Amino acid sequence: MAASTDTLERESKLQGLGSSRLRKEDARFIRGRGTYVDDIKLPGMLFGAMVRSPYAHARIKSIDKSKALAVPGVVAVLTADDLKPVKLHWMPTLGGDVQAVLADKKVCFQMQEVAMVIAGDRYSAADGAELVEVDYEELPAIVDPHKSMTPDAPIIREDIADKDNVGHGPRTHPNHIFTWEAGDKAGVDATFAGAEVTVREEILNPRVHPCPLETCGCVASFDKPTGQLTVYLTSQAPHLVRTVVAMLSGIPESKIRIVGGDIGGGFGNKVPVYPGYVVAIVASIVTGVPIKWIESRIDNISTTGFARDYHGVGELAADKDGRIKALRFTALADHGAFNSHVSATKLPAGLFSICTGSYAIPKAYARVDAVYTNKAPGGVAYRCSLRVTEAVYLIERMIDVLAQKLGLDKAEIRRRNFVKAEQFPYTTALGWTLDSGNYHGALDKVLKAVDYDGLRKEQAEKRARGELMGIGISTFTEIVGAGPTKVCDILGIGLFDSCDIRVNPTGSAIARLGTMSQGQGHATTYAQIIATELGLSSDEIQIEEGDTDKAPYGAGTWGSRSTPVGGAAAAMAARKIRAKAQKIAAHLLEVGEGDLEWEVDRFKVKGNPSQAKTMKDIAMAAHTSNLPDGMEKGLDATEYYDPPNMTFPFGAYVCVVDIDRHTGEPKVRRFYALDDCGTRINPMIIEGQIHGGLTEAFAVAFGQAIPFDENGNHLGNSLMDYFLPTAVETPHWETDHTVTPSPHHPIGAKGVAESPHVGGIPCFSNAVVDAFAHLGVTHMDMPHTSYRVWQQCKALGLNER
Amino acid sequence: MIPREFEYHAPKSVQDALGLLAQLGDEAKLLAGGHSLLPMMKMRFAQPGHLIDLGRIAELKGIREENGTIRVGAMTTENELIWSKLLQDKCPLLVEGARLISDPQVRYKGTIGGDISHGDPGNDHPALMLALGASFVLRSAAGERVVPADGFFVGTYDTLMKPDEIMTEIRIPVPAPGTGYCYAKLKRKVGDFATAAAAVTLRIRGGAVQDVAIALTNVGPTPLKARAAEDSLRGKPLSDASIVAAAGLAMNICDPAADQRGDAEYKTAMAGEMTQRALHTARERAGR
Ligand SMILES: Cc1cc2nc3c(=O)[nH]c(=O)nc-3n(C[C@H](O)[C@H](O)[C@H](O)COP(=O)(O)OP(=O)(O)OC[C@H]3O[C@@H](n4cnc5c(N)ncnc54)[C@H](O)[C@@H]3O)c2cc1C
Repeated sequence: MAASTDTLERESKLQGLGSSRLRKEDARFIRGRGTYVDDIKLPGMLFGAMVRSPYAHARIKSIDKSKALAVPGVVAVLTADDLKPVKLHWMPTLGGDVQAVLADKKVCFQMQEVAMVIAGDRYSAADGAELVEVDYEELPAIVDPHKSMTPDAPIIREDIADKDNVGHGPRTHPNHIFTWEAGDKAGVDATFAGAEVTVREEILNPRVHPCPLETCGCVASFDKPTGQLTVYLTSQAPHLVRTVVAMLSGIPESKIRIVGGDIGGGFGNKVPVYPGYVVAIVASIVTGVPIKWIESRIDNISTTGFARDYHGVGELAADKDGRIKALRFTALADHGAFNSHVSATKLPAGLFSICTGSYAIPKAYARVDAVYTNKAPGGVAYRCSLRVTEAVYLIERMIDVLAQKLGLDKAEIRRRNFVKAEQFPYTTALGWTLDSGNYHGALDKVLKAVDYDGLRKEQAEKRARGELMGIGISTFTEIVGAGPTKVCDILGIGLFDSCDIRVNPTGSAIARLGTMSQGQGHATTYAQIIATELGLSSDEIQIEEGDTDKAPYGAGTWGSRSTPVGGAAAAMAARKIRAKAQKIAAHLLEVGEGDLEWEVDRFKVKGNPSQAKTMKDIAMAAHTSNLPDGMEKGLDATEYYDPPNMTFPFGAYVCVVDIDRHTGEPKVRRFYALDDCGTRINPMIIEGQIHGGLTEAFAVAFGQAIPFDENGNHLGNSLMDYFLPTAVETPHWETDHTVTPSPHHPIGAKGVAESPHVGGIPCFSNAVVDAFAHLGVTHMDMPHTSYRVWQQCKALGLNER
Repeated sequence: MIPREFEYHAPKSVQDALGLLAQLGDEAKLLAGGHSLLPMMKMRFAQPGHLIDLGRIAELKGIREENGTIRVGAMTTENELIWSKLLQDKCPLLVEGARLISDPQVRYKGTIGGDISHGDPGNDHPALMLALGASFVLRSAAGERVVPADGFFVGTYDTLMKPDEIMTEIRIPVPAPGTGYCYAKLKRKVGDFATAAAAVTLRIRGGAVQDVAIALTNVGPTPLKARAAEDSLRGKPLSDASIVAAAGLAMNICDPAADQRGDAEYKTAMAGEMTQRALHTARERAGR
């Protein structure tokens, strides 16, 4: 008994897997000691201010720099013509296209980068930017992607007008980017033709923006004598940026150092390489002094990585009992003026093919047509592993539509279609192998917790009184952890990730990874994984990311890939160390390796537990001469982890919403979220991620959109209109969990940070639509602002007293 | 998001401020809390060459009562209004209204004088002033004049105040005991201006409406005094039906501009809805 208490005590001291240890990052953040890019100040640093286009589509007839150059403090004004000699006026995107670094002869979206004014301080730079005179000839703009491919549509991209391919297969129109298809079209068509019931709905995921607290920016510093380029940069993927910069600039990659520093939120907004970075780098190479460029909030919302803008059509075919027989989902994707949609080469529509959701659907077909419009480029941001939000939104909305058509309960229809626990691993009709799950268990637990039957009873009573109450359910399956290099790459680089661990003689350690925290708490959680694997205290394990001179190569943090890929690399590197440690322990204890067993923080001799060597003992020994013959000194290991499969976290959410039919105000009364992300590393951090993701889902569902007028002018690109909920608007979140480990991940963990966003958005929408379902409403597009909900009330005559 | 270069002045008295205004003319702008002016300067919609900060002028601060009139210094902040015992006791409508302005950061800096002087129909104090029958003290080198709130607001960003004048004080007749009141404001989130709002004061005597004032925020180029609605209620008992009818009359005078909060139809409907809610609440609060 005594031994086991001792074991437990030692284990809890490690603060390893499963411990809610406090976030190591917060000590500096809450003291205002974080170091963000705008905190970097280098001697002699100059500032860049961007001149941006007032038009969505226009030809540039001339640019007059003279007034700007006359402003005291202004050093230079750079335009496309200045970048041409170094061939940097265009750059490749992470989507197989090219993008104008500074507008070359024409602008294709409002606020596109036209020139950069370089000055001694940011104030004179701003003064200079105001005085750059650009003569434009306005052209007709395309704002609605449905009009992009009409025969008379203006050609947005003259530079590639005659190319029949921009990286992802044949194009059929100058404004067409690609068409991607998956599944068995003929089989699906046949099933639909003979189906007992079919439903169809047009479903929009509007253009939104993740709006991280810190906007994008960089400090580029080129040292002429050494030829060394250092760039402090807001990047979620510093190594990928280094590779792109090397390709662009011709500087050897070994002479480029990208430093991530503290990142004030990314949510996918900080994956792409932006024109501002490139111009700052060129300006530093030319001037030989550091150049800082920092976006304003309006710049950030208007020009950098937006999300969604997916115009979908969902169709389901089913039998009269609600068992889905086939799915046909299509989407028209508005990618803006350049295809800078970050995507794996083989997956131009990202992971949209996860759209079969949590359901056993025998036949499926999906198709995405991507087009250019006169809007800012982007598309894959916002707490969403590459189009998963759009896919999950479609299936979770459509299953409700089907339930309504059949008069079935919205929980019951899900039960009838779920993949059953015993069917895992389950391969979907579109080819993904879901690793593990227990969907029935999760839904039942949630329905019980919220007294679902009681809620439905209350709703019936309210409906009888003319009141509007909606109950939303979402039972989603996420796909995260990109990914297996045989399917996933960016610019040809596989999406593995890496961890390099060095154990010091006194038993502390440092681990460096190719991922990049932007608030997720990696310094806390990675240390916990390693602590449990190595039996060293997580408090003595230092985690470093984001400095490409120090960390091993990796694809960064996005798509909830850090735990599935980086976390796996950490565990595997630690296991290499433990394997070596076992050899050392056997040598020290003069027994065979097989005579040893591992217990928390030590190897002990089987049957003689007093004979043991702790990992700390072994760490010291590894740095002495007392090692097995021929063994290298030290206790280090590096792992490049190529995941065998994606991981598939899932969850069951319920939302209750009350609607004021006179003002249209929706009020979320209750939100219950059960998440299953497999093995839980730090429950407190998971809960924080769920809270954040749900809050962003709430923002998307109830207010966020980037609106334009018909000429492509922004109508709401500041925080006055762009909805960032405060603590006052944010609902109270109730969280719960089940644990169904991933069978292929070294510690059974799946990603979690995106689940609440992906699963939350349809849950809110389902609740709002459910409030009107008894009146025949089957769908309402987001955002469910008071104004838009009131319009629905008015259409039904509900607003009258 | 960086303003043009400007000179900053910090006079210690109204006299000195007026002197600077006279000397600098059109080039100068008065700075109060800065929460309307500075955003406009950062967007370069306003580009004054000189800012005259009123923040160090003690005589522009404070709340007191004199002979049945509440006198509020123009540089009194929203939070000072909210914290004022005098206002809580005698003019709770102003406290209720101030609490609905923007967010805590803005309420620490923004002033009642700035909110009124700015002439933004989205601001809340103008309608509150109309409902309270307030008047404004305007001082220039030539002297002082007192202008009633009713008629002061001429158009968007346009008031009767002249460029050489400073608003020094807001005067509010102490509402009679038992006056019912309410400020009903619909907004999208904390920190937002009104989609529509209605300020109401209401006196009921012997079962009938003795007096009523109704003023609307952000549904026209200026705050709107809903005179026909008021007239329809005066002298009669207040019923659910008369409230609905009055709200209809209030809606008739609305002429809102469409924006992300909604189109003209929605905003007009919300002005009606807020009028109804404010009248209902004022009725509950009114002494009989
Ligand atoms: C995010 C945000 C949300 C907001 N929401 C609301 C809201 O919901 N409701 C609302 O009412 N307001 C709102 N405001 C505006 C805010 O209340 C401002 O503080 C107010 O409009 C102006 O007051 P100020 O003291 O800040 O004046 P300033 O911004 O300093 O000045 C405004 C104008 O008035 C002039 N001025 C100021 N004082 C005087 C004076 N004594 N005499 C003559 N002229 C003067 C200035 O020259 C300037 O032209 C919001 C502001 C922000 C930034």
